[in-house]
Amino acid sequence: MSDGADSSSLARPRPPSAAAAHPDLVIPTLGELFLGFFKITMSGFGGVLAFARREFVITRRWMTPDEFNDLFALCQFLPGPNIVNLSIIYGVRLYGVRGAAAALVGLLGPPVLLMIGAGMAYTRYGELPLFRNGLTGLAAAAAGLLIATAVQMAEPLVRKERSLQLAVAIVTFAAIGVLEWPMLTVLLVMVPISVALAWWRRA
Amino acid sequence: MKGEIETLVALALLFTLLSFLSVGGAISAMPEIHRQAVDLHHWMSDREFVDLVAIAQAAPGPNVLFVTLIGQHVAGVPGALVATVFMCGPACVVAFFIARAFDRFRDRPWRAAIQAGLVPVSIGLICATALIIARSANHDWKTFAVTAATFAVTYWTRISPLYALGAATAVGLAGLL
Repeated sequence: MSDGADSSSLARPRPPSAAAAHPDLVIPTLGELFLGFFKITMSGFGGVLAFARREFVITRRWMTPDEFNDLFALCQFLPGPNIVNLSIIYGVRLYGVRGAAAALVGLLGPPVLLMIGAGMAYTRYGELPLFRNGLTGLAAAAAGLLIATAVQMAEPLVRKERSLQLAVAIVTFAAIGVLEWPMLTVLLVMVPISVALAWWRRA
Repeated sequence: MKGEIETLVALALLFTLLSFLSVGGAISAMPEIHRQAVDLHHWMSDREFVDLVAIAQAAPGPNVLFVTLIGQHVAGVPGALVATVFMCGPACVVAFFIARAFDRFRDRPWRAAIQAGLVPVSIGLICATALIIARSANHDWKTFAVTAATFAVTYWTRISPLYALGAATAVGLAGLL
């Protein structure tokens, strides 16, 4: 985007919208951007977003809670992994392409190398009895973790008696999980219906 | 060699599609990856798929990186890179170009409607993910007990799930499952 304009003012990047009103906010350098995302990715087991909020809002004071929520809403709106979107958008706003690259490499570089190492170990040793035993336990626990995530997300729909939204969730669940229909087909039907319901209910 | 290239192209196509379809995070795409990798392309067995998901859950980093493991298992290091780049790349490009335009449509009602409409769909998808993984990981009462215990710890306590994953792995290594 306007990367050229950014590079001329590297010391004073364009402040995020509310920075002027919050003089105690810190504007990270490119290196700090990399390190911040590196830190949350390496401490983020089972999802990184909760760590991102604490690190960026409380520890490093890069943004206010409102700014974080705003940014997060945008990331949920966009397709693709939320935290990846967050790294790109925050990086772009500060330093253009270089900012996005610093944040993204910090976020994905180290764990991708780890994953490749783990994948190689699995391909080579995965069938050894010792590994099989350990993986049987790990897989059963991972299933419990995913069920907990699913229940935590579904809970508000049940508690607030959002029956139409609950119906959308149940039909999607049945089509994908039970009938194992193709995701593209299911989303092409369910997303327009669900968005239309949301539009109709807005007031 | 030709087969390898074809596999990499198939991985690239699958993950490009999923980069746009994974509403509410990468976990939503897990059932579709399972359908394609296990049932359609026969790249791996059901058990291998669940193993890889479990390893990714126990490793640091964003959830999306379980696609790196899938790609690695299917086509080695090139597969890992192709899966990662094509799962994250298209979404990154969209994010890059929308980042500064968002202020213009932030307060439009259709923006809120789209966002609200995606929530129940993504909840359904994540429930489907939980079902598919639980079905494959539980083959007797002992593994089911481990799943139930991990759910209880994660849902009702503030103990880090990492301890539950570690304990379950230890129980497995001891040959108890």
